[in-house]
Amino acid sequence: MEKKATREAYGKALIEIGKDEKVVVLDADLSGSTKSSEFKKVYPDRFFNMGIAESNMVDVAAGMALSGLKPYASSFAVFISGRAFEPVRQSICYQNLSVVLCGSHSGISVGEDGGSHQAIADISLMRSLPNMKVFVPADYNEAYNIVLATVKMEGPVYIRTSRAKSPIITEDKNFESGKAAVLKSGNDVSLIACGMMSYIALEAALLLKQDGIDVEVINSPSIKPLDEETVYKSAKKTKRVFTIEEHSVIGGLGSAVSEFLSENLPVYVHKIGIEDTFGESGTKDDLFCKFGFTKEAVAKRIKDRLNG
Amino acid sequence: MEDFKRLEEIAKTIRRNILTMLNKAGSGHSGGSLSITDILVALYFGGIMKYDAKRPNWEDRDRLVLSKGHACPALYATLAEAGFFDKELLWTLRQLGSPLQGHPDSKKLPGVEASTGSLGNGISQAVGMALATRVLKKKYNVFCIVGDGEMQEGLVYEALMAAGHYKLSNLIVIVDNNGLQIDGQCKDVMNIYPLKEKFEAFNFRTYEMSGHIYKNIMDTLTTAKRNVVSPTAVIARTVKGMGVSFMENRVEYHGVAPSDEELEKALKELE
Repeated sequence: MEKKATREAYGKALIEIGKDEKVVVLDADLSGSTKSSEFKKVYPDRFFNMGIAESNMVDVAAGMALSGLKPYASSFAVFISGRAFEPVRQSICYQNLSVVLCGSHSGISVGEDGGSHQAIADISLMRSLPNMKVFVPADYNEAYNIVLATVKMEGPVYIRTSRAKSPIITEDKNFESGKAAVLKSGNDVSLIACGMMSYIALEAALLLKQDGIDVEVINSPSIKPLDEETVYKSAKKTKRVFTIEEHSVIGGLGSAVSEFLSENLPVYVHKIGIEDTFGESGTKDDLFCKFGFTKEAVAKRIKDRLNG
Repeated sequence: MEDFKRLEEIAKTIRRNILTMLNKAGSGHSGGSLSITDILVALYFGGIMKYDAKRPNWEDRDRLVLSKGHACPALYATLAEAGFFDKELLWTLRQLGSPLQGHPDSKKLPGVEASTGSLGNGISQAVGMALATRVLKKKYNVFCIVGDGEMQEGLVYEALMAAGHYKLSNLIVIVDNNGLQIDGQCKDVMNIYPLKEKFEAFNFRTYEMSGHIYKNIMDTLTTAKRNVVSPTAVIARTVKGMGVSFMENRVEYHGVAPSDEELEKALKELE
């Protein structure tokens, strides 16, 4: 199975959307890592390195949007959602500006850099802000198409990408905000995933099939707005919902699904994610083992819950 | 000289409106609004800024970003005087549903270029507007008024660094140096001085001026506009509460609106 990182898609897609002369790209000294450097190679006059000053970068993007440009600003997820949170709130979201923010190196799959650099609350932070849309692509194809789709979107967008390569599991097709996709249909359990966890979810579903548990796997790249219809339909059918994400169980996809279902279709929901703790150094695979993000661990967890 | 007389008269009207709107609102920032009034009058009525009140989104207009957003009563009164919106709106300041929010909201009121109020974010957005001209191939200037207390925000220095780095000669930063902030004198709360050297260290061309003597303001801002090699900083010596004797240099009037009695006294002084 072909493997590529979602951050690579960000760089490639920027080149494509760069044909629009209103598109400008900003980075904070991490352009080689976020892959915004790809845009710089083709459109150097519309690329602005703002140095290691993420807050100013976000405000500068706001000023550019107020002047009629379409800015894309990137940094590590931990910095753009954390360090720059205030300008994201005050300037981007409060003014509902059409600025696209990209946080790369999200979650624990950052690996060796350790807990200080592993964003575990970025979805939560960004999702809490009025006007903000939050997209978490499952793979390269989805990331590429999300970036293409954002050119015409009004208002702020946060795209969460990853450092590590992961299998390509979605088709190369147009992205629609607020739409989830059933990757595998099933009748016993709903497993709603985003990011790299969508692949793990599919694999776990295959294991559970052997135990006679028929899992419906849903890939939900649009955390906000959430595809409520797809979630509702699946939950109504299975009555047992699991969510999985490479993010804290507080405030992310699991919370979005829980918030919706608790008010509209109160069924059992169990959230799989990072349990209110920080990450640490290690290889991505070792960390996925430790944090329970392997197909075996996920399958076991679901089985245990169903039996418990 | 006659021209300055005209500006002084406009400033009196604007100061009267600031105090009246604050009194009606029952809260808001009097002192810092009065200290920047003359600078705003010079910008909008002295011919420093290029704008068209009937076309607030005209692409080639000069921009003013009020980074010290809490002084918005001065901005609102100035914009109303310049014809951006109906003056009657001034009396709705801070009321539910009013486009005159407690701090400036660019989405609600024509002429407000950026939403500000959380200090430091305005000057950074102004840098973005100034930098945007490179891509847009436009020639407008961006004026940005920052408070002296605001110079304590770290974000300001990120903005100055970027402005200096990109040699944003179309950016003119004006510091309202009235020396006071909510908790007392700036030098006591957290010393911000020296200011001139700070701007120079970030490769700004820096001027000092009185923020209340029109000849001085006009000469300095006219010179600042001619700079084509670097961003410009203008440190304006101002008096908090300027124009109202009992408010001048009084920190108590930073975030307090005049009572009915105070308003009456103030309006008499500004006749």
